[in-house]
Amino acid sequence: MKKKVAFYWCASCGGCEEAVVDLAEFLLDALEQIEIVFWPVAMDFKIEDVEQLTDGEIFASFINGAVLLSDQEEVVRLLRRKSQVVVAFGSCSHQGGVPGLINTHDRQDVFDYYYHNGPTVQRNGNEMPTPTGAKAFHVALPEYYGKARPLNQVIEVDYYIPGCAPPPNVVKDALLQLLSDSPPPRGTVLAGAHSLCSECPLNETKPPEGFKIKQFVRPSQVTHIDPDTCLLMQGLPCLGPVTRSGCNALCIKGHMPCTGCFGPLDGVRDFGAAALSFLASLIDSNDEAEIQRIIDEGLPDPLGTFYMYSFPGSLLNEVLQKGRQKARAWREREETVEAQTTENQ
Amino acid sequence: MDTFEPKIVGLFCNWCTYLAADLAGISRMKYSHNLRIVRVMCSGRIHPEFVLWAFRNGADGVLIGGCHPGDCHYIEGNYKNLRRFLLLRKLLEQVGIDPRRVRLEWISASEADKLKQVVNDFAETLRELGPFGTELPEEPVLDIHPKEEAVS
Ligand code: SF4
Ligand code: SF4
Ligand code: FES
Repeated sequence: MKKKVAFYWCASCGGCEEAVVDLAEFLLDALEQIEIVFWPVAMDFKIEDVEQLTDGEIFASFINGAVLLSDQEEVVRLLRRKSQVVVAFGSCSHQGGVPGLINTHDRQDVFDYYYHNGPTVQRNGNEMPTPTGAKAFHVALPEYYGKARPLNQVIEVDYYIPGCAPPPNVVKDALLQLLSDSPPPRGTVLAGAHSLCSECPLNETKPPEGFKIKQFVRPSQVTHIDPDTCLLMQGLPCLGPVTRSGCNALCIKGHMPCTGCFGPLDGVRDFGAAALSFLASLIDSNDEAEIQRIIDEGLPDPLGTFYMYSFPGSLLNEVLQKGRQKARAWREREETVEAQTTENQ
Repeated sequence: MDTFEPKIVGLFCNWCTYLAADLAGISRMKYSHNLRIVRVMCSGRIHPEFVLWAFRNGADGVLIGGCHPGDCHYIEGNYKNLRRFLLLRKLLEQVGIDPRRVRLEWISASEADKLKQVVNDFAETLRELGPFGTELPEEPVLDIHPKEEAVS
């Protein structure tokens, strides 16, 4: 019997759907073994079709995108019930991804930007998308949570396929591993085990140790990138040393530094901290003022540089959440104490 | 009303700042009780993640202590630490954390007095700042567009 699989997208750009299509002939071969039962972007199945399946009837659900809206949460919970295996597909599902940077903004600000202030927004007077307005068109608006979550903060996840988007070779390998008789242990990130440098063709141009960086440059600031020398040595902040391998150094081959879409290596809790740590250590100065200048000029946006794909799932985000809780608890305590003092007077 | 007493995590290098703390103890110096010390071999051992874990687990401020420039037991561990510290502080500031919650000081083995002053001063700064997170904007309440059922 063919194994049933489902594909679903949450807050994503669509690149991960493209990644499935990019499997090309392999997908056709795979269809000998699998049967697609749900794939909103490409096939006409409805939620009701999934609801009618028995629990665990789907072999594997591949879910991409971060969870940002209430309907996404509902569907992924449903897919979890119906599936033996849930695979977080792509950076957003794996760690929060690019849409996860929304978490650093205020929910109302985001809303205002998209419906009022954005440079490309054109509105008729004060017309706003409202649930009532939507009703007139027979559609329901899901709730916008304002915070993007990686899939494993919403449901239990069995495997991860990293990448923004996962390149075909990685998806193919992952599918073969999952369909094999001895699938990898649950929790595995289905890509390389070493850092990207280990499979980068420029790695041998890098001295084993001891090189330093005097000035960081962004790709847009340089007119010439030497294609035969490690990009890091040219001052481009390449995150290859702390990024999981598997993509065969795709970006490097396109003369762009790695921005870390494959996420951290096993055992690293916070990708951004690891990236920040190694990059800062390479700065070629011992003087505080000079180091600060090199940082301010070359790395003006540490959050965007180091947490581009991983903010919602990061330790840094957890720190901020804990901080808010702590501050709230303290404020409440102070208010009670204040109320009691007034009462006693 | 009870006042806020901050928790300070000190990440001190084994050869200098930790010894200064030891000396302060032996000399029975009195200083702010807010400090909890973690000893590391060298300030160069301090990964930015250590600082995040400290805040994650309840610290209100993190004090990093290493050997004076040029004095690191492992030649340049303190310089590496300085570079990471400056970049980490920039990141923390970017996400809304008050940069005064992290502090880096070079304190040699004989500078028990400096340690005392630094800790007292840091504790005072943190008392003014309040509990970790006070400076962060409050999480907005979900009130836009409650979910509506589809009308058939
Ligand atoms: S730092 Fe970047 S360019 Fe250099 S070897 Fe590693 S992946 Fe390749
Ligand atoms: S080089 Fe880095 S950013 Fe580019 S695809 Fe590979 S892991 Fe992702
Ligand atoms: S040994 Fe003290 S900072 Fe390196």
